[in-house]
Amino acid sequence: MKFTNEDVQEILQLVDATKFDELHIETENFKLTLRRNRGSRDWSQESQVLSPPSLLKPSPGPILTGRSASAVGADPSILSRKGFTEVRAHLPGTFYRAPKPGAAPFVEIGSRVDAESVVAIIETMKLMNAVYANARGEIAEICIQNAQFVEKDAVLMRIRPGAA
Amino acid sequence: MTIRRILIANRGEIAVRVIRTCQRLGVEGVLAASEADLDSMAARLADETICIGPPNSAQSYLNIQAIVAAAAASKAGAIHPGYGFLSENPKLAEACEREGLIFIGPTVEQLYAVGDKLKARAHAAAAGLSGVPGGKVVTLAEAQRLAGEVGWPILIKAVGGGGGRGMKLVQNSTQLALAMEMAAAEAQASFGDPRLYLERYIPHGRHIEVQVLGDGENVIHLGTRDCSIQRRYQKLVEEAPAPNLNDTLRDAMHGAAVAFARHLRFQGLGTVEMLVDCDRETFYFLEMNARIQVEHPVTEAICGIDLVEEQIAIAEGRKLRWKQEQIVFSGHAIECRINAEDWLHEFRPSPGRVTRAVFPVGQGIRVDTHMQAGATVPPFYDSLMGKLIVHGADRQEALQKVRRALARLEIAGVATNLPMHVELMDNDEFARGAVNTGFLERFLENGNRAVV
Repeated sequence: MKFTNEDVQEILQLVDATKFDELHIETENFKLTLRRNRGSRDWSQESQVLSPPSLLKPSPGPILTGRSASAVGADPSILSRKGFTEVRAHLPGTFYRAPKPGAAPFVEIGSRVDAESVVAIIETMKLMNAVYANARGEIAEICIQNAQFVEKDAVLMRIRPGAA
Repeated sequence: MTIRRILIANRGEIAVRVIRTCQRLGVEGVLAASEADLDSMAARLADETICIGPPNSAQSYLNIQAIVAAAAASKAGAIHPGYGFLSENPKLAEACEREGLIFIGPTVEQLYAVGDKLKARAHAAAAGLSGVPGGKVVTLAEAQRLAGEVGWPILIKAVGGGGGRGMKLVQNSTQLALAMEMAAAEAQASFGDPRLYLERYIPHGRHIEVQVLGDGENVIHLGTRDCSIQRRYQKLVEEAPAPNLNDTLRDAMHGAAVAFARHLRFQGLGTVEMLVDCDRETFYFLEMNARIQVEHPVTEAICGIDLVEEQIAIAEGRKLRWKQEQIVFSGHAIECRINAEDWLHEFRPSPGRVTRAVFPVGQGIRVDTHMQAGATVPPFYDSLMGKLIVHGADRQEALQKVRRALARLEIAGVATNLPMHVELMDNDEFARGAVNTGFLERFLENGNRAVV
């Protein structure tokens, strides 16, 4: 038996008629806390579905079962290199080097940039977010491949500072 | 044909919502989930979960082959597509037909008829509805002539799309060439279709839609919803029925929506979107959405009908349970969309792990969500975390209720737009009702922002 919203409403009606202001229920499948605000007498709930998903084996055939390319994180083993300024991801998401498929990349190695130059975009939750160089200089290294997923703070590019 | 097992080809709150109706009806629900959602609330609630591919939606939620294969592997007899993703894609409905699966939605022909905005306009005209003055444009000269006819300013729109992509507001003829070029490029990138059409721009418009339900023969309407609170064409608050609408206009809109659906012999649940021109006191057909919509719960609240249950019943080939005169509307409902967006920082997306999720509970309060402590908002999909829906005896009561309910809603771990809703529900202009689609941008610009 799964735990439903109707169950919560019924439990609420029962407890509302009592003098209690708080109720905790925990089973293998769910956790529920109901709390009455002392001033307004309104109720809030905090619940968690705990039952683990029951996974079916994927069908053989066209389904892609391989894990997608692993995300590039803020790997501590990549030491920051002396003399370079790093461009980091301000959001987790998919890293794109060009404004749209087929278009020329924003920058290549050797491109001159200044602080306001857009060097890449990161797609997060269906929104395109511009990545700015935030430094003046020359693109020395592009650390991530196009269309790869990156975690927040991942190093995307390195800039050799200097007059643009 | 009775449906016993449904593959839910979607995620997030709508997957949870469809599963809940399945459970109530005693229908088994199998969730088709990407690798990013295997541990989601929907996966925990579903009878079974099957993986359809990597997080990237092109390889999972938009992968017709993977979804049809998952239906076969899980022995589901039907597919519920939810909203977004493949919900209005005729190719999924066609694939279902080929594989002997029931597609819970309208027919393939109906999906084609309303998916192309120009075809939909033509059907609307045939059903006696007027669209916003305008039409298809290919060349600049054609566009200049048509814009002159309908009057400046005008809107350029994409034939293949929606959601504001490929849409440009053009003030005068000197801006037209560039706007058309940009719109066509955007439309091509977003929908793979560069075709454009042009419409008169309605400066004071309200976005009002009518919910319809058809069984292929009979059509009924389930009243209006006002969705004028939008930011960049994304709806944030919806209410039912549309407030402060005169009865003549409301009846005419109900009639127009039913006429359009009847003209298509519509089979399933759909929404006829219309634009009310407040200055001219008239309305125009915009488009039809042939799926369940995010904002459907406000209609459910005022009609007392479970729309997912009706979608399933119609997909089973049943006739409508009600005649129009048996539909009784009661009270007023308001929905607030809670998004993982940091409204203090230009609505920046805010994916991450939710550490605490407290929701209001009580009579007339409904929360449709996939969030609980420990749940993740993945960076791959849209930012909708849940919806707070309140139902009151009238709009006044609903407003009071929504304010008190918002005060009890707490989400920690990711930034949300909750503070925006708190201020919006306290805004006098909104409280008076009948704001137009320009209201929210004004409200945001006027610095109605929580100071933290």
